[in-house]
Amino acid sequence: MNITLEAWRQPDQKSAGQFVKYKATDISPDMSFLEMLDAVNTMIVKRGEDPIAFDHDCREGICGSCGMVINGRPHGTERGVATCQLYMRHFKEGDTITLEPWRAKAFPVLKDLVVDRTSLDRIIQAGGYVSVDTGGVPDANCIPISKVIAEEAMDAAACIGCGACVAACQNSSAMLFVSAKVSQLALLPQGYAERKQRVEKMVAQMDAEGFGGCTNTLACEAECPKKISVTHIARLNREYLIAKVG
Amino acid sequence: MELNSKIPEGPVEKKWDNHRFNMKLVNPANKRKYHIIVVGTGLAGASAAASLAELGYNVTAMSYHESPRRAHSIAAQGGINAPKNYKNDGDSIWRLFYDTVKGGDFRAREANVYRLAQVSNSIIDQCVAQGVPFAREYGGLLDNRSFGGAQVSRTFYARGQTGQQLLLGAYSALERQIGKGQVKFFDRREMLDLVVIDGQARGVITRNLRDGSIESHVADAVILGTGGYANTFYLSTNAKACSGTAIWRAHKRGALFANPCYTQIHPTCIPVASDYQSKLTLMSESLRNDGRIWVPKKVGDKRNAKDIPEDERDYYLERRYPSFGNLVPRDVASRNAKAVCDEGRGVGDTGLAVYLDFADAIKRNGKAWVEEKYGNLFDMYHEITNENAYETPMRIYPAVHYTMGGLWVDYNLMSTIPGMYVLGEANFSDHGANRLGASALMQGLADGYFVIPYTIGDYLASSKFPKVGTDHAAFKDAQRGVDELIEKLISTRGTKTVDEFHKELGKIMWDYCGMGRNEAGLKKALELIPKLRDEFWKNVRVPGSSKSINPELEKAGRVADFMELAELMCQDALHREESCGGHFREEYQTEEGEAKRNDERFSYAAAWEFNGIGQPEVLNKEPLTFENVKQAQRSYK
Ligand SMILES: Cc1cc2nc3c(=O)[nH]c(=O)nc-3n(C[C@H](O)[C@H](O)[C@H](O)COP(=O)(O)OP(=O)(O)OC[C@H]3O[C@@H](n4cnc5c(N)ncnc54)[C@H](O)[C@@H]3O)c2cc1C
Ligand code: SF4
Ligand code: FES
Repeated sequence: MNITLEAWRQPDQKSAGQFVKYKATDISPDMSFLEMLDAVNTMIVKRGEDPIAFDHDCREGICGSCGMVINGRPHGTERGVATCQLYMRHFKEGDTITLEPWRAKAFPVLKDLVVDRTSLDRIIQAGGYVSVDTGGVPDANCIPISKVIAEEAMDAAACIGCGACVAACQNSSAMLFVSAKVSQLALLPQGYAERKQRVEKMVAQMDAEGFGGCTNTLACEAECPKKISVTHIARLNREYLIAKVG
Repeated sequence: MELNSKIPEGPVEKKWDNHRFNMKLVNPANKRKYHIIVVGTGLAGASAAASLAELGYNVTAMSYHESPRRAHSIAAQGGINAPKNYKNDGDSIWRLFYDTVKGGDFRAREANVYRLAQVSNSIIDQCVAQGVPFAREYGGLLDNRSFGGAQVSRTFYARGQTGQQLLLGAYSALERQIGKGQVKFFDRREMLDLVVIDGQARGVITRNLRDGSIESHVADAVILGTGGYANTFYLSTNAKACSGTAIWRAHKRGALFANPCYTQIHPTCIPVASDYQSKLTLMSESLRNDGRIWVPKKVGDKRNAKDIPEDERDYYLERRYPSFGNLVPRDVASRNAKAVCDEGRGVGDTGLAVYLDFADAIKRNGKAWVEEKYGNLFDMYHEITNENAYETPMRIYPAVHYTMGGLWVDYNLMSTIPGMYVLGEANFSDHGANRLGASALMQGLADGYFVIPYTIGDYLASSKFPKVGTDHAAFKDAQRGVDELIEKLISTRGTKTVDEFHKELGKIMWDYCGMGRNEAGLKKALELIPKLRDEFWKNVRVPGSSKSINPELEKAGRVADFMELAELMCQDALHREESCGGHFREEYQTEEGEAKRNDERFSYAAAWEFNGIGQPEVLNKEPLTFENVKQAQRSYK
C-alpha cells in the first residue's frame, strides 16, 4: 500500500523543528511500523538526505526505547502495544500518518523523534529501589508473598519506562510511571522498611524534573503499552498521605 | 601465546572457596582510590557496576543506550536457573553442573561451570531481596518450572518477562549507586577502542552519541559486559543495537577471541516472513513444555494443519527422542527442524517452518489454562502473524539467538590483556558449544554479582598503576584512530546503505556458517566475506555528519566490525573438524545424524589471536580436561 508520512524533523535540541512530508510506497500490511520507517529511511538515504532519527532496540515491546506520537496518539491507536509492535495492517491505503516525538518539558527533543528520558532514571535514583547490597541476604523462600500480591506487584513492575504516559498527559505528569514503581515496592514486604522515604523522594524528584501534576484524566492508562492501571496512582496517593501524616 | 586459565587447585567443589581465600584483598579504605570502568550495563555490567560501587570502588559505567534499563537483557523471557531443589525433584549443585557441562557438549571448563552452579542459588536470594516479583505458588513460596532441556524444575521466572525483572533489579541497585555518586553513568556512549598502556588495560575511547564527540576515559581496570554478537547474521532474536564492536576492538588490541563459531540457533522463533524483516521474534521455549512439534509425514503436503489426520503427522522429536521428546536441547531441536524442512516437509508459504501445536494441551487442560500460562505469547504471535494459535498451530523456525563464543577469559574472568575483564555473553566461558535454556541470565548475574567483585580485587591489590591521564600518547593515538575510522565511513559516500551490506553479510553467514556447516561452504564464505568487506569500504553510504546523532553512522561502525568478525567465525568453524553442540559440521555426524565430537583432536577452547585485517588469525589452544563429568556422546533418546 501507499501512505504519506508527515514526520517531525528537528536537527538538534536547540534548533526549531517542522513537519516534512514523505511518500511511502509499496508498504506491505505485514510490515511492522518500524519496518515501514526503515523502508522510508532507506529511500531517504538513497536520495542522499538525512534519515528520520528514532529510538528503538528490542522491537518486541519490552525495552521501552521506541515511542512516538502517531496521529496524535502515543504508540498509535492500538491498545496495549508499543510503537514497535504496531503493524501496518492497522492502516489503510492512502492514509496520511503524522509522527511526532514525545512532547514534555522533562523530555527535551534531541533529534527528530528522539527525546531525552533520563529524567525517569533520576526519579528511580531518588528512591526506586530496595536498599540491599550484594550478598548477605536471606534465602529467597524466607520471604513468603501471597500469589495475589506477587501478581499485583508484577502488574506494576511490567512498566517499560517508555514515557508514553507522560506524552499522553495534558499536564505531562509522570505519575503513572512513578506510581508503578512505588506500588510494586509498597506491595512487597521487601519494600516496607523504606516505604515512606521512597514515595516522598520519588515524588519530589518528579516535581524537580519538571513533570506536571496529576489531575486524574486517565489518559495515561489508555495509552500505556503495558496497560498499567491507574489504581497504582491511587496507591501512590495513599502511600504519600501515610508518609506525610504518619 | 601461553594461555593460563588459572584454575585453582583442589577438587572441583572446593576450588572457588580455596581461591577466594587465596586471593589478595584490597583494604576497605583503599578501594575508593581505584577507578574501574564498566562498559555495558545489561545484566552482567549493571550487576558488576553496582556490586563494585557497594564495595567502595570508584566506578564509571557506560552504555550506548539512553538508560541501563534498555539493555538487550531486558528481552529475556523464559527464566533463570538455580538448583534450589525447592521442588524436591532431585536437583543439586552437582546436577546443574553436570547438565551444563553435558549440555555444552564437553567444550566448557569444568571449574567455571561448577562455580556458576555454586553461586546461582545466591542470585535468586539477591533478586528476591531487591523486590524482583518472581512467580509464586499459592502458599507464597517461589514457583519453578522445567525449561530448555532440563528434567528437573529449576527455572525461576517472572511471567514471560524474567529478563526484564532481573535487569530492573540490577538497574535499581545501579541507580541507587548513581544517586549516591559512587557510580558515574555515561548514557549514549559507545566504546570504540580500548587503551592499553605498558600491557595493562587503562581506559576506553567512546563516542558520545548525542553530539558525536570523541572522549577518553582513564581507569585502573576495564570491564566489558557488552553482550553477544549474534547480529553478525543480521537477522537474529537480538535487539537491533547488539553488536560485537566492543569485544572486537578489544580483540584487535590483543585480547584473544575464543570459539567464535559457537552460535546458538534457537528452535522456537516466528519464521522469516519476507525481505523487509528487520529482526526475528523468539517465542519462549517454555512453549515446548506443553506444545507438540510436528510436520506432515508426506513431502509437499500443503493441506491446512487441521485437515491433516493424526496418523499422517510426524511428531518427529517425540519419535526420535522418546525420553526427552519436545524438550531436547536447543541445538538438537533446531537441527531436526532444519532436517525435516530440508526433506521438503516444512509448512507455511515458505516451507521453512514446523508446527508447534497446543491442541492436545487445550483438550487436556482447557483453553483457560493455556491462556493463563502462555496468553501473552499467543497475543504476541497473533500481533505479528495475524493468526490465532488457539485455533491453528503456531508456525516456528530456528533463528540465531546467542553466541557462546566471546573473548577468552581465565578463571578470574580476565582476558589476555591484564586489567581487562569480560562478563556475561561477551565472554566465552561457561556454556561450551551449546547453552542450555535459562542459563545466560544466571551466568551474567553470577559474573557480575558474585565473581568479579572478588577477582578484580586480587588484580588491583597485586598490580602497580603508574599515573596516566587522557593526554597520554596511547589515548591520543586511539582517539585519532577512532576519528579516522569515522571520517572514512562518512566520506565514502557510496551508493549502498549499511543495512543492505549487513543483510548480504547475514545471508552469507546463515547459508554457510549457520545451522549446518561444511568445508566447501565455509571456504566459499571465506571468499565472499572479504569481497563484501572491500565493497563496503568503497561503496557504503553513510549520510549526515559525525557531529550529531547519527544512527546510520553508528550502524556502519558496527557492521564494519561484523565484516571482520564474520571471517573469524568461519575460520574457526572450518578449523574445527568435528560437530559439537551448536557447531554442526555436516561431514561429522553419527549414523542417526547426531553431532559427532572428536575429543582426541578438539577437546580444547580455540583462542584466536588477531593478526591484521584479512590475515588468518593465529590459533592458541586451551586444552580442556574432564575430571568429574565423563566425556560421552550426548544422548537424549
Ligand atoms: C529474545 C531473547 C530471550 C532470551 N531469554 C533468555 C532466558 O529466558 N533465559 C536466559 O538465561 N537467557 C535468555 N536470553 C539470553 C540473555 O538474555 C542474554 O544472553 C543476556 O541477557 C546477556 O546479558 P549481558 O549483560 O551479557 O549483555 P546485554 O544485556 O546484551 O548488555 C550489553 C550492554 O552493553 C552495552 N554495549 C554493548 N556494546 C557497547 C559499546 N560498544 N559501547 C557501550 N556500550 C555497549 C549495551 O548498551 C548494553 O548495556 C535471551 C535472549 C534473547 C535474545
Ligand atoms: S507506565 Fe506505561 S506508559 Fe508510562 S512509562 Fe510505564 S509502560 Fe510506559
Ligand atoms: S523497540 Fe523496544 S519497546 Fe519498542
